[in-house]
Amino acid sequence: MTTETGQPGGDPTEAIPTEASPAAPMSAAPAASNWAAPVSRLAVGVVPTDALNLNVAGRRLAGPVQGFGQLWQKTYRVRLTGADVTPAAVIRTWKEHFGDFWPKGNHFYGPLTSLKPGEVALLDLALPGKMTLSTGVLVIFADDESFAFMTPEGHQFASFITFSSYADDGVAVVQIQALLRASDPLYELSMPIVAQRTEDRFWNDTLQALAASFGAADVTVEMERVCVDHRRQWRYAGNIRQNAAIRTALYKLTHPRTWFHHSGDA
Amino acid sequence: MTTTTTIEVQRLSPNVSTIIIHGDITSGTEPALMDAYAQASEDATRSIVLDFSDLAYLNSGGIGLLVTLLVRVQRQGQRLLAFGLSEHYRQIFELTRLDDAIGIHDSEAAAVVAAGA
Repeated sequence: MTTETGQPGGDPTEAIPTEASPAAPMSAAPAASNWAAPVSRLAVGVVPTDALNLNVAGRRLAGPVQGFGQLWQKTYRVRLTGADVTPAAVIRTWKEHFGDFWPKGNHFYGPLTSLKPGEVALLDLALPGKMTLSTGVLVIFADDESFAFMTPEGHQFASFITFSSYADDGVAVVQIQALLRASDPLYELSMPIVAQRTEDRFWNDTLQALAASFGAADVTVEMERVCVDHRRQWRYAGNIRQNAAIRTALYKLTHPRTWFHHSGDA
Repeated sequence: MTTTTTIEVQRLSPNVSTIIIHGDITSGTEPALMDAYAQASEDATRSIVLDFSDLAYLNSGGIGLLVTLLVRVQRQGQRLLAFGLSEHYRQIFELTRLDDAIGIHDSEAAAVVAAGA
């Protein structure tokens, strides 16, 4: 019994040294440099003054397999109608200026140059009630048409998230696809109340900003949400021990000087 | 350049089926892979073994696809195992922690023994 499908193959890129991860031998396969090397625990380099390295260094990565909540696949897509830009150019720009397209009040402390596999970025995410969540991501994959992050333990989501662009009928389409579980029971409780809507609004605003940067005006971001697995993984309920929202809140309560970092942005 | 992914299914025993991948695993492979799983899985099936010996390319969309397959397998009370991964792809499974849930084996024989064929 056989099934076939035709699809574009991957393009090899030149070897790129990884950062913030233990040295690991790279395969001789042409696409080896598209992927980060395995890491047992995340390491963070120089921390910007305004960033908080509270919930990243020393953490393991946690994908959908290691999450607690229901498994969701969420897709956000926008057509850059009217923009004269190729998918490769979209991805190049996006990798170079990733945090610039984020909604106000949210901060991405990534590399000064383009995103590359193996790089760790610190995040300051705005939560309801003027609270923030300090966490991070690892760039696990990057090529000319896409790049992907994986989240650390304690992040709101145990997830893979892929950012890509492709051509459709002569128009560049930009897509974000996340495969995620809430990391722990507390985050899972917030999913129907606030987390889903906040996430949707975040990526809608990001894609709107990205589209505007290429001159595509009045675009509509399409959103699809599919529950891939209704079951919760109770064996990962203990993830709450690393809940970055709780740890960030406790840290800020005990370090008043942090109250004035970015507090006026939102 | 366009490559074609072909997927074969072999039933090793009433309890174990193998899905053999020739080509790429990306998000575009989803219909073919899920169709193969539907063919591989019957009432008595307890283990699905993925043969990656002829895997040509795997991107982040493909990793997401394998997570989706894992969910379907687990929903049926089955196990998912794999063999034939090159060192490069083993590292990807380790990086993404898919190896926490998918048993990785050095050979088909080892995978089949572990699957309980």
